[in-house]
This record gives sequence, structure tokens and C-alpha cells, in this order.
Amino acid sequence: MALTNRSKQVTVRELTWSERLYLPAIFKGMMITLSHIFKRTPTVKYPDQIREMAPVYRGQHVLKRDEAGAERCTACGLCAVACPAEAITMESAERKKGEESLYREEKYARIYEINMLRCIFCGLCEEACPKEAIFLTDRIVPSSFTRGEEVFGKDKLVEPNDARVDVSKRQRKEVLEFKKDKKHLHNLTYQDARPKVTAHH
Amino acid sequence: MDSMLIYKALLTVGVFAVSLGIAAYLTWGERKLAAILQDRVGPDRAGPFGLLQPLADGVKMLMKEEMIPSKANKWLFIFGPSFFMLTACMTGAVIPWGSGITVDGVVYPLQVTDINIGLLYLLGVVSIGVYGIMIGGWSSNNKYSLLGALRASSQMISYEVAMGMALIALTMITGTLSLGEISRQQDAGLANVVYQPLGFLIFIICAFAETNRAPFDLPESESELVGGYHTEYSSMKLGFFLFAEYINMFISSAVMATLYFGGYNFPFQHELGLEGNTLAILQTAALFIKIAIFIFVFMWVRWTLPRFRYDQLMNLGWKVLLPLSIANIFITGIVMWALGKLN
Repeated sequence: MALTNRSKQVTVRELTWSERLYLPAIFKGMMITLSHIFKRTPTVKYPDQIREMAPVYRGQHVLKRDEAGAERCTACGLCAVACPAEAITMESAERKKGEESLYREEKYARIYEINMLRCIFCGLCEEACPKEAIFLTDRIVPSSFTRGEEVFGKDKLVEPNDARVDVSKRQRKEVLEFKKDKKHLHNLTYQDARPKVTAHH
Repeated sequence: MDSMLIYKALLTVGVFAVSLGIAAYLTWGERKLAAILQDRVGPDRAGPFGLLQPLADGVKMLMKEEMIPSKANKWLFIFGPSFFMLTACMTGAVIPWGSGITVDGVVYPLQVTDINIGLLYLLGVVSIGVYGIMIGGWSSNNKYSLLGALRASSQMISYEVAMGMALIALTMITGTLSLGEISRQQDAGLANVVYQPLGFLIFIICAFAETNRAPFDLPESESELVGGYHTEYSSMKLGFFLFAEYINMFISSAVMATLYFGGYNFPFQHELGLEGNTLAILQTAALFIKIAIFIFVFMWVRWTLPRFRYDQLMNLGWKVLLPLSIANIFITGIVMWALGKLN
């Protein structure tokens, strides 16, 4: 049964003399290539041009800071547990006195590494995070010459204070709805949460 | 005639330089056109539209490590590409690039030399061109190179027969072998392609085969013979082989324009009211436009057609083109006899 209407019955036979001249077939082929002169080039000249990403695109990760600029990550390790590719490793440390403006919680990630060669960009880390700390963004992970360079540490993952990364695309209504049972006290913003946290002590 | 001698020397250098410059930009044009035909962008990094790409390629070729296989015949190995390049450049000497520039009553012809056996010279130089490929491929001491060289020589010999036969029919009409004279005849009458359409068709097919261009690029056939005759070549010696192919393409386009499409003449050139040097410059421009169209066809065919199988190539040469060209000679003779043009 024919799957398309373009299938053609072919036979093995000697070419006729006029076919052995090849000229009609050549002319037909040349007209096809000629028509391609007038066709649009689909090339996107990356990195000069960057193709528009789909709204759900999952690219390079970012470790968010809160509004006051303190790192949100508390090194709970849920992202590392959720990661199917086992790409995330971390080491926690205790916050010292005077570091309150640097880290939001008493515990923070001293080392936080994502191996970009292992990562499959599934977004499960983002889903698992109770602190709204890790997000996948629409940035493309840059290429490198060595494997070592592809293990991104905090220097590449934590967003700089003066160049915040917009993750509002990842916080769509459906996502927030999905995460609403994780809306705990410590998940509120820095200013909201701080007085209440101190009140507990 | 001292000034004429100096002028001829300058013209020789000029033709040489123009051939080389055009060949350099043909490498760029080929890649750009290939890209356009395949819906790609092509070279666009070096300079605007990638126009400095030939320069970058040239520097790359010169800077690459030069390798000569230890079992190769060193002198012949070097001689091969040099000879191929030399013969490619030699053919430009007999082509009339224009009618002639008049300065102080002296006519300076835009043709290095208008020998009365110009056509024969052209065929001769083109045929010895295959020695460059053959010597290069043979001296490499590599089976792929040898196979490529064998293919090149047998292909060239096969297609030269049909090419020569096509030209015999042409010379029956023109009555001369001088390319300058053939150009002037086409100024007075119609372009030769009107009288020799079949001859032109045979000639252009043979020209593809002679320049080793697709679909007749069996000597190179990178997919089966690695690189054919230039498998062992590197650096600028490889560059010479590749570069000479583009010079050959340029020259054969010029030959086709001269022999069959009126040379430097263009339609209604005497009705424009122009004369002297202005007309001569326009004529040269017209010739180069014709050449550009032929080169476009060369490239267009290359990026359309797959390579012939070897038996198909030989069948086409000996069983189709040769009988056709002989028939063409007979038809030309009969028509000339019927019109009473035989003397």
C-alpha cells in the first residue's frame, strides 16, 4: 500500500538512446537548483543572531538571590537528589555572624557545582527546590575547550548583584499553582520573612 | 616597434594577473554559489560578504606544512603541479580580450598574439595540460593518485576527440584557425552558435570533461579515490592543482564565448554611435559578462549533477559524443554544399 502519493514504480532496464544523452534529465535538475537561488536561507548566524527561544526553553541554570541580594540556596540537597543525571554536587557551610546580607538562611552552599556535560536540562532541580533558588534560564551554555570548564561552580551559577537574571518566564501561573504547597514562611521574600523568622527564636 | 614589444610584455603580465585574480575570486564565487543553491550562507566571515576569503585561503595554503612522500619521485612530484599551472596560464595568450585600443594612431590589440593557428595552439596546450596531472599522480607513488591520474588521462584523451571533431565543423564555417579572425567574422555576421548549435553542445560537454569539473570530476572523486591525483599533495602544490582548475574554467569560458558566442562583440554595437576606445572598452566588458555567464553555468552544473560512473563516462564520450560530432561535420558539409559555400 502506498504511504504517500509521491511513490513511484521503478524498473531496472537499459536506458534508451535519448536517455543516455542525459540532457532532459540534466535540464530538469538544473531548474530545481536554479529555483533554490530565490529561496530564503534559514540560517541563524549564531552568535551574531540568537534565535528566539520557546517560552519553555530550559537552558543554563541560575542560582537566585533574594531582593536584598542574599543567596537563596540553603544547600538542602533536594536538587541533587532529584537530579536524574546526578549532575549536581554541593557542600554546605554554616553562616557566620555578619554574613546575614550574603546568605539568607543559617546554612548555605559553600560549594555548588553543576556538571553541564551530565545535565540533561530536565528542570527537576527547579521543581524540587523549596527555596525558589535554582532556575533554568533561556541562556545557552557556552562551549569550552576542556571538560573541566564545563563543571560550573558558584562563580558562574549565582547571579551577580548588578546583573540579575530574569526568571519570571519560569514562574508562570501554572508553575506557581503547582508550587503553592511549598509556600512556607521561609519562602517569602527577605523583607517579609525576616521579622517573622526572628520572632520565632 | 619597440613600444609594441613593451606593450605586449605588459599585456602578457596583465592577462596573467587577471587570470590569477579571477581564478582566486572564482574559489570564493564557487563556494558562495554552492551555498546559495543549497540554501546556505557560504563564506561571510572574512571581510564584507566574505570577499577576503581567497586571501585567507591563499595564506593558509602557503603556511601549511609541505609534505613530499619519501617514496615519491621528488622532482616529478614538484614538476606535476607546476606544469599544470603553467599550461593553464599559457592558454590565455591567444584569446582576443577586445578589439584594440588606439593611442596616437597606433592600434594596440587586446590579444597577446593573433597566431593563425590559434585554435590548434589552444587544443595543443590543453592536451599537454593532462601531463601535469599524470606526472603528479604517478610520481606520488600512491595507488589512489595513480588511479586518479589514469582516469584523468583517459578521460581527457577520450573527450579531446569529440572536442576536436566539434571544432572541425566550426572551422569549416569560419575557414580560419585564428581566434582574432573568428571574432571579427562574428562581428560582421551572426554568432557561430546559430550555425553550430550541436557543435557548441558537444564542445561545452567536452569542456566540462577537460577541466575535470563535475559531473566529470572522476580524477578527483574524493568519495572513492580520497583525492585522486592530488591525494599526496599538500601546501601550495595542492593549491596549484586546485587553482589551475579555476584558471582552466575561466579560460575555457573565454574560449566558448570567443568561438561560439561572438567573442567581444555584442548585439547592436555599431548602432550605439560609439566608436574607438569607448566601444573597445564596452566590448571587453561584454566579453567578460559572457565569460561570467559561462562560469555560472559551470558552477551551476557542478552543484546540480552527481558524478558519472566510469563506464557511463566512456560510453558518453565514445558512443554518443563522437558519433554526434562526426554527424555534425557531415551535416555542416551538406548544408554548406547545398548553399554553395564550398569552394
